[in-house]
Amino acid sequence: MRKVTIWDHLILILGAVIMMGPLVVAFLTSTHDSVDIYMSGLQFTFGDRFVPTYDKVLAHSGGFTKEVTGLTMLWNSLILGLGFAIGKIVISMMAAYAIVYFRFRFATAVFWLIFSTLLLPLEVRIIPSYEVVQKFGLLNSYAGMIVPLIASATGTFFFRQFYKSVPDELLEAARIDGAGPFKFFIDILVPLSTTMMSALFIIMFVYGWNQYLWPTLMTTDEHYFTIVRGIKQILQVWVGGNQIPAYNEAMALAILAVVPPVLVVILFQRWFIKGLTESDK
Amino acid sequence: MGRIHLEAVRKTYAGNLEVVKGVDLDIADGEFIVLVGPSGCGKSTLLRMIAGLETITSGTITIGERVVNKLDPADRNIAMVFQNYALYPHMSVYENLAYGLRNHGTPKSEIEARVQEAARMLQLEPYLTRKPRALSGGQRQRVAMGRAIVRKPDAFLFDEPLSNLDAKLRVSMRGEIRQLQRRLGTTAVYVTHDQLEAMTLADRLVVLNGGQIEQIGTPLEVYHAPASTFVAGFIGSPAMNLLPAEVSGQDIRVGQTRVASCAPEGIAGAVTLGVRPEDVTLARDASSGVSLKISYIEELGAQRLVHGTVEGQQLTMAISPSEPLSDTVEIAIASDKLHFFGSDSGARLNR
Ligand SMILES: Nc1ncnc2c1ncn2[C@@H]1O[C@H](COP(=O)(O)OP(=O)(O)OP(=O)(O)O)[C@@H](O)[C@H]1O
Ligand SMILES: [Mg+2]
Repeated sequence: MRKVTIWDHLILILGAVIMMGPLVVAFLTSTHDSVDIYMSGLQFTFGDRFVPTYDKVLAHSGGFTKEVTGLTMLWNSLILGLGFAIGKIVISMMAAYAIVYFRFRFATAVFWLIFSTLLLPLEVRIIPSYEVVQKFGLLNSYAGMIVPLIASATGTFFFRQFYKSVPDELLEAARIDGAGPFKFFIDILVPLSTTMMSALFIIMFVYGWNQYLWPTLMTTDEHYFTIVRGIKQILQVWVGGNQIPAYNEAMALAILAVVPPVLVVILFQRWFIKGLTESDK
Repeated sequence: MGRIHLEAVRKTYAGNLEVVKGVDLDIADGEFIVLVGPSGCGKSTLLRMIAGLETITSGTITIGERVVNKLDPADRNIAMVFQNYALYPHMSVYENLAYGLRNHGTPKSEIEARVQEAARMLQLEPYLTRKPRALSGGQRQRVAMGRAIVRKPDAFLFDEPLSNLDAKLRVSMRGEIRQLQRRLGTTAVYVTHDQLEAMTLADRLVVLNGGQIEQIGTPLEVYHAPASTFVAGFIGSPAMNLLPAEVSGQDIRVGQTRVASCAPEGIAGAVTLGVRPEDVTLARDASSGVSLKISYIEELGAQRLVHGTVEGQQLTMAISPSEPLSDTVEIAIASDKLHFFGSDSGARLNR
């Protein structure tokens, strides 16, 4: 192996600075007064408004109706992220299970058909999807935000590939041991899938957390606003006229919006790597 | 109890592919039956039909007193040991053994007792808390055996359980399986394509060829009186010599050479002559009239395999390594150990 040189470190440090720089600047800026920011742009020092700004962003009610706090929005995002991640994992596991283990006719064809339709981006089917949700009366609800996007082509595909790699004898041994289809799924397949589940959880949580277009469309009630929308809401004041937009609050919200996904990645990555290195049939 | 009865059992896969072509077999309680045959002859399929993992196209399978054709594998009260062991990777050895019992609603204390007993029998006690991946091949094999015996089934079904082990371990596991089965007195059906494994394990051998039974018998019966050229060539290592021969009166000729003159009554004309390599010896007096042109020699230590030709026909003999050899040797064939098969049918003619 090649020796690790000073250049390797330099390149890595440079990469880290480029990735982290904007976040650090955003954080530093958020600790200043909005007037300062308006006058002198981004800040590179730690200001004196950290506590009041974050306190205001988290606890004070804002928005049009003055009823929604940052905490509420974080909570909504969390529900959306968890709902997406858990829902997608559960649905894809069950779909893949049916496709792989129940030998109905044309299973493969059906799978590829579903797969190709799901590959279409949301934007393509957004109008019909909206109509369906609206007719079910699910506008302004968590279900309306989560359920229509819950079917996952990627998830189904990954689980399908994984199940196919599980040796048939395992199923047969389980059948002889008296495990029916349900027990086999719960007792054998689910525990074997933990690595896959944590990998997908990371991806799907971040995906759900960052959703913007769909929740915007689904919800008009501010109680359902997610943090990503909240950021936009603050900056919208600009359009309203004579106020200075609360840049500091927007930055603070952005920083807060980044924290939970980062935590999820750090937490599940451990699991995920543990699963990768340990699992070996 | 553990009697298994197969009657005209057939299996046809999609596309009219008939893999098992009418098998009748009666397995007594406590008997160790080995299904042996070349790759693709339908051994696994037959075993899996007994297990209930494969549907039965026609015929009936009875285990104990029950016709099991329509029963689920779990309800047939059998246990199966797979070639790749099929242990549950995420469960400890203990849980692997207990899983089946738990699903059958066995009381906890009973599960504990049975698992401990099986673990003791198989020397698995130190490993009960380990996951299968932390076990050696032989230990995994034992766990698979353990999972079978805790169930106290009517029959054990083995599908080439030893073929993933190295040669030495295979021999010792073979012994263990045999002893265990004797001790428990449980009926066993064992699939292998290794004829040595088949000979050493079986109470009775079932030789399968192309989905049909060629012969059923004790290992010695099958060895000493193979029912067809197929069985003759399959059982025994090195394989039996099969030579086209001509019988007229008492004389048996291969080409122009008279190899023996002791043909039994009622056999005449073209036959296939079968001679085990160990029934061929060097001639005491150099005038037997049968000369073997040696092509090559294999040394096995205790034995020496001499491959050569008689009248252009391949012939192998197994002799003591101490005997002197030249390029061409005179050989004698034990006249009371000859096997005669129909030259077209391949079926046995004598005895
Ligand atoms: N699901 C299936 N569909 C179609 N054909 C099959 C199926 N399973 C097995 N076969 C065919 O049936 C024949 C017998 O298969 P089987 O597995 O019983 O052979 P085997 O005697 O166990 O061979 P081996 O010693 O290699 O394990 C083979 O020719 C195989 O191709
Ligand atoms: Mg097989």
